[in-house]
Amino acid sequence: MAATQEEIVAGLAEIVNEIAGIPVEDVQLDKSFTDDLDVDSLSMVEVVVAAEERFDVKIPDEDVKNLKTVGDATDYIQKHQG
Amino acid sequence: MSKIKPSKGAPYARIMGVGGYRPTRVVPNEVILEKIDSSDEWIRSRSGIATRHWASDEETVAAMSIEASGKAIADAGITAEQIGAVVVSTVSHFQQTPAIATYIADQLGTDKAAAFDISAGCAGFGYGLTLAKGMVVEGSAEHVLVIGVERLSDLTDLEDRATAFLFGDGAGAVVVGPATEPAIGPTVWGSEGDKSDTIKQTVAWNDFRLGDVSKLPLDSKGDVKFPAITQEGQAVFRWAVFEMAKVAQNALDAAGITPDDLDVFIPHQANMRIIDSMVKTLKLPEHVTVARDIETTGNTSAASIPLAMERLLATGEAKSGDTALVIGFGAGLVYAATVVTLP
Ligand SMILES: CC(C)(COP(=O)(O)OP(=O)(O)OC[C@H]1O[C@@H](n2cnc3c(N)ncnc32)[C@H](O)[C@@H]1OP(=O)(O)O)[C@@H](O)C(=O)NCCC(=O)NCCS
Repeated sequence: MAATQEEIVAGLAEIVNEIAGIPVEDVQLDKSFTDDLDVDSLSMVEVVVAAEERFDVKIPDEDVKNLKTVGDATDYIQKHQG
Repeated sequence: MSKIKPSKGAPYARIMGVGGYRPTRVVPNEVILEKIDSSDEWIRSRSGIATRHWASDEETVAAMSIEASGKAIADAGITAEQIGAVVVSTVSHFQQTPAIATYIADQLGTDKAAAFDISAGCAGFGYGLTLAKGMVVEGSAEHVLVIGVERLSDLTDLEDRATAFLFGDGAGAVVVGPATEPAIGPTVWGSEGDKSDTIKQTVAWNDFRLGDVSKLPLDSKGDVKFPAITQEGQAVFRWAVFEMAKVAQNALDAAGITPDDLDVFIPHQANMRIIDSMVKTLKLPEHVTVARDIETTGNTSAASIPLAMERLLATGEAKSGDTALVIGFGAGLVYAATVVTLP
């Protein structure tokens, strides 16, 4: 069953917490991964790989750079999840 | 049909000794910053590298190999005449033929040991180790010298922000010989040639030789650039942290070893961030010593695992008899992982 927006944000929050040590409550739709959440370009790759597993999506390298905010990633996952 | 006598090998093989050679010149990040727009902080945070060694003109592939091998042979407690085969893994020996292994075998004083080079990028040590184990167990050589050696500084484009800070030079060697108990586990290895473009030489030698300027990369002065190693960093990073953790786990499973049984983890020193991520994914317990030689050595491709192994043993962070997981991965893409008992 496809995950809801709320479930995806919660899932991303757990992933970001695990990878970058950011408190889950800081992970909000309008937050930028690099500017607000201390997720650098390499941590972002790890976040993407974890999100792919968790939400059953494929996020190719060329799409990763368009995912600037948690909202971008959430939209992408909602559209592409299998 | 005539009956052919089978060859007779040892029941098992083990690493008997290890040696390394690091070039004298230590190159800090400040030197790298002369040619690229970057910072010490960025290089350290994205790669974990603070310094690397660059070889001088005298520190040739052969010279570094001979130094490292001499130490490995002494550490193994054998003499050069006892070595039946020499396997050299390198991508940065600039003379195609003959193989550099024959010269090294002769200079070391082996008794006409079989000698050849292999090309398996950053998995070269694991590939060589696997060949060596096969030779010892099959009986074509009692002792095999495996050398990983690189002068990657010769293949580095110092104006390329994505790679200028990564690579270093050096040589590492091990002697593989007979054992009465298993001391080198099953190898989990393979290649993914569909990703051959993700790490490669910028220009093939032949195109470089033909010198068609319209097809060759030029440097900031407008001169044709010497071929260098280029990579798609993010794609390689993704493959390494995701796929290679699985390969490492498979090697543990194949050897019947759990993370709790493990004493040491020696991954190819490609990037500290890859190492950290693998440690996390594999859920290695606190007691496992992790090789982090990259900080002061950079990425030395085929040399990185034996160099890191030697350093851990020299500093006492690891000891003889410890159980270590080794995994190499890189251009090809190729990979090889196995569990070994440290010499
Ligand atoms: C090389 C590597 C450290 C580069 O990191 P990266 O995050 O992929 O770098 P990117 O090219 O995506 O750049 C990310 C950002 O850093 C900047 N950047 C790139 N190189 C930089 C440098 N040398 N210094 C400072 N900033 C740099 C980019 O401009 C970009 O900034 P932007 O987001 O504002 O546009 C990394 O990809 C890596 O190590 N990959 C694995 C490579 C490897 O181990 N290969 C050998 C395997 S055997």
